[in-house]
Amino acid sequence: MADDATTGAAAGGEAGIPQLDFATFPNQIFWLVVALVAIYFILSRVALPRIASVLAERQGTLTNDLAAAEDLKRQAVEAEEAYNKALADARAEAAKIAEETRAGIQAQLNEAIAHADAEIAAKSAESEARIAEIRAGALQSIEDVARDVAADVVNAVAPGQSVDADALAAAVSERVKG
Amino acid sequence: MATESTNTAATETKGNGKMIAYVLIAVAAVLFVLAYADGYDSLSIHPMDQFEVSPLFGGDTVHWYTPTNATLWMGLAIAAIAALMVMGTKGRAVIPSRSQSMAELAYGFIRKMVEDVAGKDALPYFPYIFTAFLFILFANFLALIPTSFSPTSHIAVTVILALTVFLSVTVIGFVKNGAGFLSLFWVSSAPLPLRPILAVIEVISYCVRPVSHSVRLAGAVMAGHAVLKVFAGFAGALGLAGIAPVFGVIAIYGLEVLVAAIQAYVFTILTCVYLKDALHPHH
Repeated sequence: MADDATTGAAAGGEAGIPQLDFATFPNQIFWLVVALVAIYFILSRVALPRIASVLAERQGTLTNDLAAAEDLKRQAVEAEEAYNKALADARAEAAKIAEETRAGIQAQLNEAIAHADAEIAAKSAESEARIAEIRAGALQSIEDVARDVAADVVNAVAPGQSVDADALAAAVSERVKG
Repeated sequence: MATESTNTAATETKGNGKMIAYVLIAVAAVLFVLAYADGYDSLSIHPMDQFEVSPLFGGDTVHWYTPTNATLWMGLAIAAIAALMVMGTKGRAVIPSRSQSMAELAYGFIRKMVEDVAGKDALPYFPYIFTAFLFILFANFLALIPTSFSPTSHIAVTVILALTVFLSVTVIGFVKNGAGFLSLFWVSSAPLPLRPILAVIEVISYCVRPVSHSVRLAGAVMAGHAVLKVFAGFAGALGLAGIAPVFGVIAIYGLEVLVAAIQAYVFTILTCVYLKDALHPHH
């Protein structure tokens, strides 16, 4: 094996194994170091930062999208709540308006009834007054007619006899009042 | 009905993918046989010839700077890594393309391994660990191309990879913990009389780490490729009966595909374990 090491690569295959041909070690080690340094720089300068940024960006995108989805969901819930609230408000408003309208109509109705009552009362009082007036007028007319009739009766019974008008009137009034 | 049909479509695609993988392995194995069986008219098989380091542009001597087949295949590994990690991620898309997805998977896989095994404070060393992982992975896979050269089958390469880890980890251990790093060897949970003995054992096992770390990788790759070539040599030597070793080559080739990935994984996770010891030496 020591012979191989000194005779070099050409003899490697005959007696020993090429792995123990120490003459090629400096060459392999040199090129290995070159390769490792090259790969290290390719990776650390270009590939790794690029992949790290891509992964970070993807993570960021995912997080943003999830946050956006969460936000949209929250907005949807809020919108639903607002809708429900508006619906409830509108219902309450409608109920209030209906109540108010009903109360207004009731008040108008009451007023109208009261007005009608008052009018009826006034009308009936007026009618009663006129009836009383008419009745009083009728009594007076009866007395007048009775006096005239009494005067005519006296004339017919005792013509030419003067009649005391006052006494006659008083007598008729007395009889009529009876 | 609709979901059922898509399900069957999905299984069909999956089946197709598996089919394609099997066919690729078989084709590669047959190429292997053709590449290595050619020229062998007797049972003189040279399974180790494939590991020879030879200059690319003629000449006999291999100086330290000579471009060799090792240079070529390491360069191809660099090109493949650049293609995946740089060209593949060119789109920087939030929704990744296939190649970007693969690059991100590799990145996430090793980064998570470093974080889980060695802790968050090991993340500054992630670029180097990822470098070593990708280098071993791509060198292993490219070495499975027939007539290729496998840099990771050479202990010169794996020893440097392992020593880099060993020395860095030791230096990091002492820089981060000072003399406290030595508590790694002082098993405080053991009975007091046993501790000096255990300390000696721990120091020995610590110092043997780069050996096992490097020989495991080089040994696995070298053994697999040598066996492949032995079988391919049989196929060439046996004439018509050589069809039988071809199936052996196909089977071993499939195994080697697994080994290529598993050895890269093992090397990387051991690196993380050693780094954990350096950052958190207290048992």
